[in-house]
Amino acid sequence: MSANVYIAGLGVISGIGNNVSEHLAAFEKGKAGMADITLLKTRYAHEIPAAEVKQTNAQLAEKAGIPEGLSRTALLGMIAAKEALADAAIPNFHSLRTGLVSANTVGGMDKTEDFFAEFMNDNASGDLLQVVNHECGSVTELVANELGIKDQVTTISTACSSSANAIFYAARLIKNGFLDVAIAGGVDSLTRFTLNGFNTLMILDRHFCKPFDENRQGLNLGEGAGYVVLVSEKVAQSLNKQPYARLSGYQNSNDAYHQTASSPEGTGPYLAMKGALKKSGLKPDDIDYINLHGTGTANNDQSEGTAIKRLFGPRYPKMSSTKSFTGHTLGASGGIEAVFSVLAVKHGIIYPNLRFQTPMADMPFTPVKDFLKGQTVNHVLSNSFGFGGNCTSLIFSKA
Amino acid sequence: MKVYIRSAVSISAQNTFGNAPFLKDIIEYTSPRLKAIEPDYKSYIDARLIRRMSRIIRMGVTAAKESLNEARVSMPHAIVTGTAYGCLEDTGIFLSRMIEQEEEALSPTAFIQSTHNTVGAQIALMLQCHQYNNTFVHKGFSFESALQDAIMLLQEQEATNVLIGAADELTDASYAILNRFDIYKSGPVNNLNLYQSPSPGTIAGEGTAFFVLSDQPHSHDLALLTGLQTFYSPSGPAEISKRITTFLAGNDLNAEDIDLVITGKNGDAVTDELIDQWYNPLFKPEQQINYKHLSGEYPTASSFALWLAARIIKTQTIPLAINAATPTHSIKTVLIVNQYQNKYYSMMLLSAI
Repeated sequence: MSANVYIAGLGVISGIGNNVSEHLAAFEKGKAGMADITLLKTRYAHEIPAAEVKQTNAQLAEKAGIPEGLSRTALLGMIAAKEALADAAIPNFHSLRTGLVSANTVGGMDKTEDFFAEFMNDNASGDLLQVVNHECGSVTELVANELGIKDQVTTISTACSSSANAIFYAARLIKNGFLDVAIAGGVDSLTRFTLNGFNTLMILDRHFCKPFDENRQGLNLGEGAGYVVLVSEKVAQSLNKQPYARLSGYQNSNDAYHQTASSPEGTGPYLAMKGALKKSGLKPDDIDYINLHGTGTANNDQSEGTAIKRLFGPRYPKMSSTKSFTGHTLGASGGIEAVFSVLAVKHGIIYPNLRFQTPMADMPFTPVKDFLKGQTVNHVLSNSFGFGGNCTSLIFSKA
Repeated sequence: MKVYIRSAVSISAQNTFGNAPFLKDIIEYTSPRLKAIEPDYKSYIDARLIRRMSRIIRMGVTAAKESLNEARVSMPHAIVTGTAYGCLEDTGIFLSRMIEQEEEALSPTAFIQSTHNTVGAQIALMLQCHQYNNTFVHKGFSFESALQDAIMLLQEQEATNVLIGAADELTDASYAILNRFDIYKSGPVNNLNLYQSPSPGTIAGEGTAFFVLSDQPHSHDLALLTGLQTFYSPSGPAEISKRITTFLAGNDLNAEDIDLVITGKNGDAVTDELIDQWYNPLFKPEQQINYKHLSGEYPTASSFALWLAARIIKTQTIPLAINAATPTHSIKTVLIVNQYQNKYYSMMLLSAI
């Protein structure tokens, strides 16, 4: 039960690229994905920037190989899941015990919010096809059915920590002997529901976000999907290429402070990071890079920063928030950032924290400002902290 | 490792909560929509908070607290929840306001409470529980996934007491939409003869059930959870039958060893007939009991079945509302074979301690 779980494949789509190599290029060029909203119909199109995936549903459907009328969430998820599976290139995939553990927060809300406008006026109107895949689980099921995965298919939804939870849940299914291979991660598409929801919380930056900056003004929303293919030790040995990394640690803790705000002491984040370290058998000093949750809100960055101050130091690892590139992809963020963390381990790279200018007043560390190559990156800590106090930290280590 | 069910609490369309006698005062429904009977929340939730919470959150938090009370556990080591639809009332409120007000002047409360993990998060907040907290949202497997996670946590020795439950609600809007999919009975309905009317459609239910599971025995335990398995979209009765016999064999049991089989019959003529096809060759008529005439049908209704099975084993009685025959022998083993939409199948095995 303490067998290792390896990452054998990666797939990602977001506002900065449609696949892994496009993301690496964007990181190196410092090309962020925030812009005016052009695809989602909203009154805030020119007021609130977001990092949309720059593809229409028709374009996504073509890439995904599934019908255009399906939820954008399903389209994005399908693309990244397929990329990850193809990348893993597992021999005899269908003879193994395979699972899909996905996550999302919006489900098919992109379609439902269109349906609801008509339905509200007249309960008999509105196209039922728009709500048939409303549930979070439906989106996962569409992907699982397309990929031919039947055993152990499930969906997790814990706000911004959703897909991080999905990844280590899938790893546990492998460790506990239920599966040989699992695709794990998550997806979310931009909807008016979430855009307006976050707007009412007054945590959306009207400019491009500045995570971990003293003068940060909030987050930018993003959308996308990120999946890893997890395999058992035995399957890892059968692969034609080296696995990318190993999932060496994980922890799910709850802040239990407030439904949306994080505690000033950073209790949840602290417990999640500490627990992940304990599980991996590592010390804080062993961490080479922290991929911060780093949304850019006054509250999160202060809370996460405080937790880092409590756990690390005097030597702090390099750290950055890739949300400065992709925006906050909500249910997808854990999965997307897991892909980035694994790539950091594999390629010895560290991502910049874009638009950073002024260090936070009471934090004795500053994020990385430039894209770094040729680094020693043996262990990466990836944080995902969400509403409902749900905090999850993952540690990826050299295979 | 053994999994002990330390407590089982249900808020449902019947009087199942608190000190109500075990399914004695049955409520007859003559509409296809069953409504959960809400308890007096005041002894479970601060009065100022009750008002702000939506139904599903009030029900879920209350059932969770009562299941901790019953188990005599003050702080669980993990909280795992399952919900297929999430917090529909708040979702509907935010959505309609957003549309009516054209994305302007909206208030955050409904949005904040609409996320699927709200029930689990509110429980953690009330208890100040910093431990593992997860929410599964996978259709007819939402509850089973949560159970699976809970069992694994016990196996991994990450927890000794896990609080695990499911909740799903119906709102006017969700019922209206689901009804348009023609899944509920049209025409006259009576839940008390649900299985006798060979017509299409079922009846809609809602509710919550919470349990405390442990890997250590305690004096007031209800039953052992000895097995859990799910399978998706079986090809037919032959496959279902095979899966059941394999599952039982894995627990050194044969079909005739099972004292009671709780099936997922829900009054829909087609799916009830499908159940007969695998049931009849395998089990005897007197082994069968059903529950959806009491709970109604919804994606996490199997949580009601688990509550029922645990209570039957603990009390060694079968309520009249479930089965006319009085058991002549002790009830040692109960098998639940639930089906939802003929796609989501779960098998749960319970035994007396």
